[in-house]
Amino acid sequence: MTQSTPILELVGVSKRFGAVEALKDVSIALEAGEVHALVGENGAGKSTLVRILAGVHRPDAGSLRLDGQELVLRGPASARDHGIAVIHQHPNLFPDLEVAENVFIRHLPRGRLGAVDWRELHRRAEKLFASLGVAQKVNVPVRGLSVADQQLVEIAKALSVEARVLVMDEPTAALSTHEVERLFAITRQLRDRGVAVLFVDHRMDEVFEIADRVSVLRDGSHVITATVSELTPEETIRHMVGRRVESLYPKEEASVGEIALEVRGLTRKGVFNDVSFTVRRGEIVGLSGLVGAGRSEIARVLFGIDRADAGEVSVLGKQAVIDSPADAMRLGIVYVPEDRHEHGLVLDFSIAANISLPIVRRLSRLLVMDRGRERDLATDYSKQLQVRSTSVSQRASGLSGGNQQKVVIAKWLATKPTVLLLDEPTQGVDIGAKAEVHRIISQLAVQGLAIVLISSELPELMGMADRVLVLHEGRVAAAFGRDELSQERIMAAATGHAET
Amino acid sequence: MSVRAVEAPASSNLAGRIGLERTLALAARLRELGILLALAVIVLVVTIQTPLFFTVANFEEILISVALIAIVAVGQTAVVLTRNVDLSVGSVVGLVAFVTGDLLKEHTLGVLAAILAGCVLGLGLGALNGLIITVGRVPAIVATLGTLNIYRGLAFLIAGGKQVSLIDLPKSYLDIASSSILGVPTLIFSAVVIAAIAAYLLRYSGTGRQLYAIGSNPAAAGVVGIPSQRLVFGAFVLCGVLAGVAGVLWGSRFGTVNASAASGLELQVIAAVVVGGVNIFGGSGTVVGAVLGAILLGTIQNALTISHLSQFWLQAIDGAVILLAVGTDAAIRNYFQRILTRTGRR
Repeated sequence: MTQSTPILELVGVSKRFGAVEALKDVSIALEAGEVHALVGENGAGKSTLVRILAGVHRPDAGSLRLDGQELVLRGPASARDHGIAVIHQHPNLFPDLEVAENVFIRHLPRGRLGAVDWRELHRRAEKLFASLGVAQKVNVPVRGLSVADQQLVEIAKALSVEARVLVMDEPTAALSTHEVERLFAITRQLRDRGVAVLFVDHRMDEVFEIADRVSVLRDGSHVITATVSELTPEETIRHMVGRRVESLYPKEEASVGEIALEVRGLTRKGVFNDVSFTVRRGEIVGLSGLVGAGRSEIARVLFGIDRADAGEVSVLGKQAVIDSPADAMRLGIVYVPEDRHEHGLVLDFSIAANISLPIVRRLSRLLVMDRGRERDLATDYSKQLQVRSTSVSQRASGLSGGNQQKVVIAKWLATKPTVLLLDEPTQGVDIGAKAEVHRIISQLAVQGLAIVLISSELPELMGMADRVLVLHEGRVAAAFGRDELSQERIMAAATGHAET
Repeated sequence: MSVRAVEAPASSNLAGRIGLERTLALAARLRELGILLALAVIVLVVTIQTPLFFTVANFEEILISVALIAIVAVGQTAVVLTRNVDLSVGSVVGLVAFVTGDLLKEHTLGVLAAILAGCVLGLGLGALNGLIITVGRVPAIVATLGTLNIYRGLAFLIAGGKQVSLIDLPKSYLDIASSSILGVPTLIFSAVVIAAIAAYLLRYSGTGRQLYAIGSNPAAAGVVGIPSQRLVFGAFVLCGVLAGVAGVLWGSRFGTVNASAASGLELQVIAAVVVGGVNIFGGSGTVVGAVLGAILLGTIQNALTISHLSQFWLQAIDGAVILLAVGTDAAIRNYFQRILTRTGRR
């Protein structure tokens, strides 16, 4: 690869969202005719960087340079006008419109009187797909296409405007093996045409197969950029993980009791396969893995939101049938979901109303809620979990992220559960509140709850979990006891590089 | 790696995939065929039972009574495609019909000027809807529910208990509805012309395609730089104008207009649009479908009237047709969606 002036450069770019510094002084250059992989843990700032290139966010500090010239993007349309095309993990197309129309939506070929020339449109689209070496019917609606084919439509769309920079945000996440191969072949072809491809990914095998150079982000900072020949997957993982302080994790010793939850051969087709584990009372079992590896999906099945295709679940030694969240709650399994706003809280309700929500029936006499009992109960739990609010009648929407999370946990504690499934409990929570949520989790374990902790933050798992299961593409790739845990080992297993 | 090398594994899946795509494309066109089929069945059954039904005169009667609904349905289609709905069209038709008739009765304006005034009034009422929805950011279903009542109230206010009768209206105005162009009754002729123009524009104009895009994926439309708000406003204006045209023709056809003229027309119009295969969530459907929907519902109504069924059955069957049409749609869509997610997964 010969070096010239980079097509697109980020120079000292920083971006902050509230208290979170998503990107800190990041400088990365993309050359013409290279596939440049961008890797990092979940939350390292990859998505923010992609959104800046897409024109969705504007950097707080630093700048973009296109062909050495300062570039200010005023929105997604502006990015595209400058030849920067972004292909998101979930393609954003018009499902009812034809493939050809989607490709040329911004510049449909016109005939007489400005009427859309459908024949020319189809011809051009067919030519474009043919140049990619893909057989794709162009006069069918996009609604019927697989994610992989929709990505190709996005790629064709980018080529239709002669994009010079193509950003692909975790494009392989939803693809099958041979779809990935096809995508790679096309990516190489684009590279050979002189397009600069930024390939955001975190599967090491893929990165080292497709990329010419790799840039690593960690906690919003740029760690290193090197050619793939200068790095090994192991070194890359080490750069992704780094070394961090562990004072945030006040883990207390809990006495481990009987087996509370036992999962045997749990399978949901196409999502996860043959997953088995046990959680004892007082234990915290971590579930690690990349986004999409099947972590949350397992929790969703255990809570009865989705159904398993095979496998058995026992609670406190008794085989359990979980067909709905109501079943799960009856068995003492509760779930604190990843997205508090969407699934965890009713933001317009007061703290008390949120906490009493799952036990409304129990608090009712005849048809009427006992408001006094609701209030007392909510006050008790709020105190126990130290929810900072003016009173339990304050609306949940006015609380900070950390306090909202405490309310979600309180809501489930009120049902007196046996098993607590926590999905990214500290996501979007500031550092101080994080430590508090960790302390609460730890105390709940001491009180005898069996806890499953799903987290993308390795230090959190290392600090809190007694054992960690690492999932890779829907299978348990490795299991580590507390004393065997290291970030490198987890990351290697999660990226498909298990040592065993 | 050469491109050919990659094509090989992909093609194993390709035959099935293309077959599926063809079926999907066919399913999209199935709707219009389905309506024609349903029409044929109804005509056959009713003709056997009541020979009176199968006459040129009766079909002309059906088409004339459908024409006004069809004209309004064309405008409604444009609105529904953008993921909106206009509930006020019945009131617009009524208000325009009354105002036009009143202007003629009081000899305020000549026939031509009064007709024009009626159309402009429709445009204004549609524009007001559009403004409330795009600038005021009020959901269309709520905004037009409001203006449905306001426009109707306005008609009552202006009427003040009076009505416009046949003898008040100039002959040249009344002649519009009873005349023919090229042997085709003017009402039918205008509906066909309007529908044809709209169908062409929706398929072949850039703006038409953008209306589909907005309804199909509003977020993506924004990213691509489609001026959604302006186009939604435009769709409501178009809908208002066409309701205005229908209002003018309404007065000419019926001769007698009071303040409650065309009450409930909006539901017939929306029924036609939905039965015609326009997705109520926007993004897909055609004007031809909507017009066929109107004809199907009109034919059923006529057939039932001729068969001397009670009003209850009339309405119940209307409702059943809507549920059947939309239900079939949803079933087909779900079915394909399920197949596709299954083949799409690893």
